[in-house]
Amino acid sequence: MGKELQVAALENGTAIDHIPVDAVFKVVSLLQLQKLNNRITIGNNLKSCKMGSKGIIKVSGKFFREDELNRIALVAPNVNLNIIRNFEVAEKKKVVLPDEIVEIVKCSNPKCITNNEPMKTRFHVTDKEKVELRCHYCEIKIKKEEVVLL
Amino acid sequence: MGTKSLVNIGDYSRDDIYRIIESASGFKQNPDRNLLKGKVCATLFFEPSTRTRLSFETAVSRLRGRIIGFSDSSTSSSTKGESLKDTIMMVSNYADLIIMRHHLEGSARYASEISPVPVINAGDGSNQHPTQTMLDLFTICETQGTLENLTITIVGDLKYGRAVHSLIQGLSHFHPRFNFVAPEELHIPDKYKTFCDNRQIPYREFTEFSPESISSADILYMTRVQKERFTDLMEYEKVKNVYILHNHMLEDSKKNLKVLHPLPRVKEIDQDVDANPKAYYFQQAKNGMYTRQAIICDLMGINTDQKM
Repeated sequence: MGKELQVAALENGTAIDHIPVDAVFKVVSLLQLQKLNNRITIGNNLKSCKMGSKGIIKVSGKFFREDELNRIALVAPNVNLNIIRNFEVAEKKKVVLPDEIVEIVKCSNPKCITNNEPMKTRFHVTDKEKVELRCHYCEIKIKKEEVVLL
Repeated sequence: MGTKSLVNIGDYSRDDIYRIIESASGFKQNPDRNLLKGKVCATLFFEPSTRTRLSFETAVSRLRGRIIGFSDSSTSSSTKGESLKDTIMMVSNYADLIIMRHHLEGSARYASEISPVPVINAGDGSNQHPTQTMLDLFTICETQGTLENLTITIVGDLKYGRAVHSLIQGLSHFHPRFNFVAPEELHIPDKYKTFCDNRQIPYREFTEFSPESISSADILYMTRVQKERFTDLMEYEKVKNVYILHNHMLEDSKKNLKVLHPLPRVKEIDQDVDANPKAYYFQQAKNGMYTRQAIICDLMGINTDQKM
């Protein structure tokens, strides 16, 4: 029996595979996919040999900048990124958490200036493995499970 | 914007700390000079703090600078909903330096990033108050003749005490040893223990204000144990009288010991300590003025060797 694709193949564009099922819609939001007019396929709770179940996102005709893709590392550090050209995988990428995260994460401290002033939030990544952040302004530390996206 | 500011004690290196101490000690010899003549300094106190404001304003006045500003936010446009950014941009049109106290954490860092003139953080919520730390370091250096290899016993609220956290950070350059004396509920946060561990700074923790924690100390740094910090009021009732320093407790202390306190004091240092020459908290507060003169001139690039 031939292997049937769970999500239609992409001619040109970006395929993000092996997204944890609880992170799929966060990835959508982090990449601002709702603002794109490109053809987008989102699959979730698909079968995965590696993960049991997984999510997948395919964006046709779109090649993201590295800094855009790296945003995903906050919620899904182990995704497989495939750049597709002519139905072939032209390039495989890994996402890397940047040293600094600007305007993506909300500070968990209600008394932080960023929650009280119209301004960008800014965090320093203090531990890339464990995903720990420090607010550039109020200096509070945020652990991965405490991360709230803006 | 690349302007020099003082937001966090971590902005100062070991050399910066020594430079400020040396300059502060010059101001202590001669605090009345014309160094800020023609300059305008703004004191923006979005949250009232009379003690800190008076210290800064006296520092500026004794250098013949002029002061504009407000002493609580009810008299500023922030009550009309003006953003901090707009207030800073407006004030920096008029002033050569901004001294700011604000209840929101990180406000000083933000102000320093948008202001075209230097900003001094005079306290941003429970985050930082670097001029307090600098005056503590100046006082420690003045009374001990060095900052190196000292044993500092810190007593009281080590969990929320902003002055305590910054002091640990500021002293970390100078091979200190710490005794942390605090009730269970207010013990030193893990973050600062890790900070010490990473720098191989030895420390001991005590829940009792024991004679041992006093006798080994060069500096006894007292802080207030505040009722509102306790979730369990029974616990507060149990410990409220445990962390009080009485004069007789200093009998076996080192000769060079000095008792410091960031003030205001409530009950944690009995008034019978005041007459002991080891009590140094009022001189410490006065040193704040000289330290602030040094910091202000440093940030404004004013050469303090000038005569008059």
